[in-house]
Amino acid sequence: MREASIWREKVADFAASRIALFGLALLLLIVLAALGAPWFSMQNPYDLAQLDIMDARLPPGSIGAEGQTFLIGSDEQGRDLWSAILYGLRISLGVGVISTLIAVSLGLAVGLIAAYRGGRWDSVIMRVVDIQLSFPAILIALILLAVLGQGVGKIIAALVTVQWAYYARTVRGAALAEMSKDYIAAAQGLALSPARIVFNHLLPNCLPPLIVVASVQVAHAIALEATLSFLGLGLPITEPSLGLLIANGYQYLLSGKYWVSFFPGVALLLTILSINLVADQLRDVLNPRLAK
Amino acid sequence: MLVLLAMSVLVFVGVYLIGNPIDILISSQADQAERERAIVALGLDKSIWSQYGSFAVGALTGDLGKSFAHGVPALELIMTRMPATLELALSAMVIAVGLGIPLGLIAGLKPDGFIGKTIMAASILGFSLPTFWVGLMLIMLFAVFLGWLPSNGRGETVDLFGVPVSFLTPDGLLHLILPAVNLALFKLSLLIRLTRAGVREAMAMEYVKFARAKGLSNARIVGVHVLKNIMIPIVTVIGLEFGSVVAFAVVTESVFAWPGMGKLLLDSINVLDRPVIVAYLLIIVSLFVFINLLVDLAYSALDPRVRLADAGAH
Repeated sequence: MREASIWREKVADFAASRIALFGLALLLLIVLAALGAPWFSMQNPYDLAQLDIMDARLPPGSIGAEGQTFLIGSDEQGRDLWSAILYGLRISLGVGVISTLIAVSLGLAVGLIAAYRGGRWDSVIMRVVDIQLSFPAILIALILLAVLGQGVGKIIAALVTVQWAYYARTVRGAALAEMSKDYIAAAQGLALSPARIVFNHLLPNCLPPLIVVASVQVAHAIALEATLSFLGLGLPITEPSLGLLIANGYQYLLSGKYWVSFFPGVALLLTILSINLVADQLRDVLNPRLAK
Repeated sequence: MLVLLAMSVLVFVGVYLIGNPIDILISSQADQAERERAIVALGLDKSIWSQYGSFAVGALTGDLGKSFAHGVPALELIMTRMPATLELALSAMVIAVGLGIPLGLIAGLKPDGFIGKTIMAASILGFSLPTFWVGLMLIMLFAVFLGWLPSNGRGETVDLFGVPVSFLTPDGLLHLILPAVNLALFKLSLLIRLTRAGVREAMAMEYVKFARAKGLSNARIVGVHVLKNIMIPIVTVIGLEFGSVVAFAVVTESVFAWPGMGKLLLDSINVLDRPVIVAYLLIIVSLFVFINLLVDLAYSALDPRVRLADAGAH
């Protein structure tokens, strides 16, 4: 009962910011559009049979050879950009979310081990974390992908490698703070098994800071994936994320055909922006230091 | 030092596994004999450990191997590209610091005012904009549609102490504007947020109330007391972010065809030019170690507590 009212309070706090609610609505809309891509687009942009080369590089609002309207134009293969963006969003969001989930689990496990075991475990793990965090994410990802090559699995592996250390550090910090509290001592006094203490008592209390970091990191992961794909090191051409769509338009930019790069970029921007707006408010709501 | 060694082994073995650079470097018309000759000439016939051994011995004497693709020493190749990258990164940092701290101060002092809110909204936007896409849009707007600024290369350079720089010639400066602004944008948002948070915390402190009670002017309170106290996290971030700006220059350089070492790294990855990739990493790692050292030194200059703690430890 008390549990529920605490969460209701948090939800009310979150809803107090209109801009955060706007971000949440925008995010839901984007996720919905990505999930329902086949229903909201006029063609499957990667079924070559549905493309007509005569429709290539049409400006926004053009009517195609078969009478269809290209709302925001088409790319160099006559692909409807709106459809391509929806399908691209699916891949961008999917890669971002999956890599974050894996990295969160990994970081959670490693961080809890470091905090609970302490001693040598702690110092070795935190040394690795410190070294890794002293290098920019993009550099690590670039080198990893240069080594691994292209592919969805590989870019997820690279994004996980880049991210896990943030979570490990966050969880360790939170867990250390929690472990000095009385309820853990009480649980230990009751001779509960370490597994039960860690999973039932420690872990739930480490989640709020983890959620805050993860919400910011999803946006970073999506941006990083787009950047790597833009540089030609991320996803292969068969799985075109937003970054690749933007890269495709690069060569036409100088001749004034702006839409091929512009609109996928707007989609990417709105995605990252909506996540950041939600994350910003989450941080304020879940941060005990700012609690009134 | 250990970090350097570990990184060099990791990267060397990793890069070794990517694939055979011979397939990319030699034209497909080359016959078998030519192929063999090239393999021996590049030292690719030896085992990975003997390759690493000769690399490590060379590295200790400052020789990081020869570029497969360009035939010149990798270190020299990177050094000729480095000034361009450093110039770009420094210009970006100057823009980010020069605008970020004042804007953050304003937003922190008047968090609920219209200007403060506008600055914060803009910084969230700056945080969310993907750097490479902003670069493309800057090119589109200022180079293609308006035609005010050039979109690629460094323009005319002059030598300053034997190092070619762009910012001293009018043409070079014009070339520098777009990439520097592009690279600065993300750090600018970061600095605004950091300064704002620092100011808001500091303004609630006892020493600010005390200074008020003493009758000091607002300008003096903010300019001397608050600023001094928020400088420590800001200096850390500026120092550490400089390294990340150098790394992130890879993106900006490839958008604006800026001939720096980031562009060189990308090109080298594409042709599997191993010595250049390895050399780039070693140089970047050294740069990071050096920057961390500088940040530590800046710390003790700014914060008497750090000095005292050090003195007490000895």
